[in-house]
Amino acid sequence: MKALAVNPSEYSKRLNLLYYLQLGLTQMIPHLILSAYSILAIVPILMILVNSFKNRNAIFSHPFQFPNPETFSLIGYETVFSRSNFVQNFTNSLIVTGVSLLFILLIGSMAAFALSEYNFRGNSLVSLYLSIGIMIPIRLGTVSLLRLMVNLGLVNTLTGLIVVYIAQGLPLTIFILSQFMRQVPKELKDAARIDGASEYHIYLMVLPLVRPALGAIGIFTMIPIWNDLWFPLVLAPSSKTATITLGVQQFLGQFVSDWNAVLASLSLAMVPILILYLIFSQQMIRSITAGALK
Amino acid sequence: MTKRPIHRRFPIHIVVFLSPAVLIYSLFMIYPLLDSLRLSFFTTLPDNSETFAGFQNYILLFTDSNYAPRFWGALKNNVIFFLVHMLVQNPIGLLLASLLASGGRGRKFYRTILFMPTVLSVVIIGFIWNLILSPLWGVTEGLLKLVGLERLFQPWLGIESTALVTISLISVWQFVGIPMVLFYAALIGIPEELIEAARVDGASGWHIFWHIKFPLILPTVGIVGILTFVGNFNAFDLIYTIKGALAGPNFATDIMGTLFYRTFFGQQLQLGNPTMGATVAAMMFLIILSGVLAYMVFWQRRVQTVEM
Repeated sequence: MKALAVNPSEYSKRLNLLYYLQLGLTQMIPHLILSAYSILAIVPILMILVNSFKNRNAIFSHPFQFPNPETFSLIGYETVFSRSNFVQNFTNSLIVTGVSLLFILLIGSMAAFALSEYNFRGNSLVSLYLSIGIMIPIRLGTVSLLRLMVNLGLVNTLTGLIVVYIAQGLPLTIFILSQFMRQVPKELKDAARIDGASEYHIYLMVLPLVRPALGAIGIFTMIPIWNDLWFPLVLAPSSKTATITLGVQQFLGQFVSDWNAVLASLSLAMVPILILYLIFSQQMIRSITAGALK
Repeated sequence: MTKRPIHRRFPIHIVVFLSPAVLIYSLFMIYPLLDSLRLSFFTTLPDNSETFAGFQNYILLFTDSNYAPRFWGALKNNVIFFLVHMLVQNPIGLLLASLLASGGRGRKFYRTILFMPTVLSVVIIGFIWNLILSPLWGVTEGLLKLVGLERLFQPWLGIESTALVTISLISVWQFVGIPMVLFYAALIGIPEELIEAARVDGASGWHIFWHIKFPLILPTVGIVGILTFVGNFNAFDLIYTIKGALAGPNFATDIMGTLFYRTFFGQQLQLGNPTMGATVAAMMFLIILSGVLAYMVFWQRRVQTVEM
């Protein structure tokens, strides 16, 4: 700011046509690159959505056109709803993702509270132990995990999937939440303690104060669980327990030559996540940029 | 900060708060990881009992005529898969992030669109690109025709020499949003005064980027690098979706994840082998662990000295 005042000639020099031309160009180029890449990012997705509403002939003869009264067809969606377990798969995904998320946030916030609030022997050791899972993927223990699930009778159950996702989601949740909880003012908690609040009350008091962090973690844990293929494939492949990701994968394998059905099931699988994303995208990206996930 | 314990007994509420997380995490994450490492030193006898075998599984994996070509092939392909991400995904992510961070109108809009593929399931992305690149549909060929390049079109996913790079690029297309957002967060965190001072001193945008901004976001460069490494050496879904467990054509797209799945569960003529599966998983574990350790020892330490 100081330099600005000291150096006025520098600025008057720039007030000429060349400067504006250069300014215009330097502002155009970022827009060009960004919009070109945006097109690359969105066109493949749109191609699927748009063509899912057309009849088979139009999909092949005019793939780049929007459906019109002549080419409009819902035949693909009819096939999906009559031939696949779409509703069942969707419900399974909702249950697995919802229940896992609830427990990750509950159990994770409890542990994060203990680690950020109390200086006890072994605190840093427990923190270190819990953070191993941030970098080492749980997938690598699949051979033993499957045996464990067989012994516990949890193969082909949603419970089996849920406990694995809880274990998978905890490390990062605890790591981030304990950082947020450290920022809650000490005076607030001590005042409550003087008023005779128990430690459990203090935890319940701190929880709403880290709500933004809970929201961000919620979104970021939810997406990988909803999208996971590996554990549904390995631990719960039965048609009764298949999640939407596995269901779509299997359905597409069978109906690979029925283009209407393929496009429709892809669209149906995308739309819920896309809607959720469009609602929460600003919040989501803002939460990373706020340093929530450093 | 701390609550001084009045009694010398370990405060019970700490146990209550910690035990659910520690129990679930230990039982369903740490125990399977350790037990799987243990299994890699055992072999299954015909009567289904397991016996200690030392390093026999590893020797088989590295030298046996059935296992070794698949293992070394998958490892090589996985390195290529990773290199494509490092050389294409992360630089593009950095470019897009710096364009977004430089401000201008429509920033939110671009951000939303560019991150969109990242939130979709890999299964969906795999099928979408399978359809779009399919010669049956002819969409890609049609687009190339518009610019007069239709001669270049080939069924890239089906050709041995191009399948792996094509799949890597599909993965890059999907996940470029992650480095983009992380770099973006780091770039907008740089104090404006620093940039302003350099600009007043007459530094060009190019110069400011490489000499001021880039050194300041080095910690994020490291994080993006290690996240890419762990994600890539643990990948499976995309190749399984597009190519199946056999990772064709002729294992050209086979990576560690698909090799692990095939070895564990078996394939067409070969029976599944849990202890050999555990051995492949142990190798993935070693690779990922050494990547993480290298990052912590070399990168984090170096970056800290640079910052000082």
